[in-house]
Amino acid sequence: MWRDAALVVGKDLRIEARSRVGLSQVAPFGIVALALFAFALGPDRAIMAKGAPGLFWVAVLFCTVLAVQRSVSVESADGARDGLRLSGIDPAGLFLGKSAAVAVQLVVLEALLTVGVVVLYGARIEVPWLIVVSCALGTVGLAATGTLYGALSSGLRVRETLLPFLLLPIVAPVLLAGTRIFQAAMAGGTPSDGTQWLRLLVVFDAVYVAVGVLLFGPILETA
Amino acid sequence: MTDLAPAAGASAHPTDAPVTNTGVTPPPVQSARARTTERVIGVLALAGTAVTVWLGMWVTPPDKDQGDLVRLVYVHPGVAWVALYLAFGMAAVSSVLYLWPRTRSLFWDRLAAACVEVGVVFNVCTLVSGAIWGKPTWGVWWAWDARLTLTAVLLVLFLGYLALRRVPAEPEVRARRSAFVALFAVLDVPLVHFSVNWWNTLHQGATVLNPGLTLKIHGSMAWTLLLGFVAMTLAFVWMLLVRYRIGLLEDWLDANELDAALAERQSEGIGSPAGADPGADAPTGAARPDATPDGTPVEPAGVV
Repeated sequence: MWRDAALVVGKDLRIEARSRVGLSQVAPFGIVALALFAFALGPDRAIMAKGAPGLFWVAVLFCTVLAVQRSVSVESADGARDGLRLSGIDPAGLFLGKSAAVAVQLVVLEALLTVGVVVLYGARIEVPWLIVVSCALGTVGLAATGTLYGALSSGLRVRETLLPFLLLPIVAPVLLAGTRIFQAAMAGGTPSDGTQWLRLLVVFDAVYVAVGVLLFGPILETA
Repeated sequence: MTDLAPAAGASAHPTDAPVTNTGVTPPPVQSARARTTERVIGVLALAGTAVTVWLGMWVTPPDKDQGDLVRLVYVHPGVAWVALYLAFGMAAVSSVLYLWPRTRSLFWDRLAAACVEVGVVFNVCTLVSGAIWGKPTWGVWWAWDARLTLTAVLLVLFLGYLALRRVPAEPEVRARRSAFVALFAVLDVPLVHFSVNWWNTLHQGATVLNPGLTLKIHGSMAWTLLLGFVAMTLAFVWMLLVRYRIGLLEDWLDANELDAALAERQSEGIGSPAGADPGADAPTGAARPDATPDGTPVEPAGVV
């Protein structure tokens, strides 16, 4: 399973490294989103700094949808999906690999967006480890749910419109938790404010990673 | 009822009866017992609702704090119970039973679909009746309170489920896909529940479904509240039965629409060769390029 996962991660990241879709489209989109939020909230940097935690995570959610769409469309051309299934790769490994590839891209993006909210919104990071841990945990959950829904919607012609509708409400807990942890880490709140939310993220990750590992095989047969 | 009308009408032509019957599976017919049960439940639901309205509006006293606004307590919790616990709970169980290989049957899929669809209606009613109650008591139509938020998230999750169901697919594929989405949504419910609870709480505690199941209101008000729950549950069951039956007929139509239309068309051709209506064939025209444009019927003999 782990070897299969590593193979799939390598494949997806190689595709990304060569096509540069993530770098040239998804990452700039994240920055555009940050700029749009700034336009919507006015030029007052105090308001922007206050909203920075939530806006960061909303931007991450939008980018997740794009990254997942991309991750699915890589498999949709030339019967790549059938090829993957024929190759004898363990479905659980496939799930972990696809998720990990999305997660790696999201982590890069989150680093970029963190710099973005610090520079553009004037947010001050007081507890860096909370930012790092919440990004890591949130990313796992987003990548796992995204990969699950991506696989479910992969055969559909209406995928582009249906996927965000299905995925975004599911990841609402990640948005809530991530925002609260960032608030604790940015506004000078004590780290203890964030710990119950970190636990929530851990549970969220555990649930959807477990579901993916157990059910990815049947899900692949569905589409 | 009138479910059989199209097929029965087609086979009523004495000349084409054998042709029609060879190709088309008859639509599923409701048994007399099922029909009676459905009607009895419908009448009980209607009567229960009527009595609830009568008791709630005229017999029970106004509340000392909330005045007449308290009368919403006979509607709102009952509707919410149906939407949030009964409908979505049943949908979750049905979806899991569909996914479980031993109990896999399209029955569970149709039941889940019917539960979600009726549940969404009740969910909207919950939100609307809550908003009507919230405006005079809290001063706002909507508050980002934990329970309200959870209800809204559930609505969106299950609207997504219904949107997915509308995507055309083979019944088994659609059933599996929908069941997975329902399962993922249900797994999300406790997570959303805890997160919105920590996020914000304003809603009053549960009146009936609180720990220990002790009623916080008494006398005629309690009985009316209880009757409201029963009436809404009966209304839900009735809608569920009707929706399930419609789902069954829809599936039949999906599978047999073309055959039924062709059989009907052929019977027209035999009856009056020049009088065929080109519009009747329009939706299926692309699938049957061998149908001649001047209305000449395709001979069924070759198929047999």
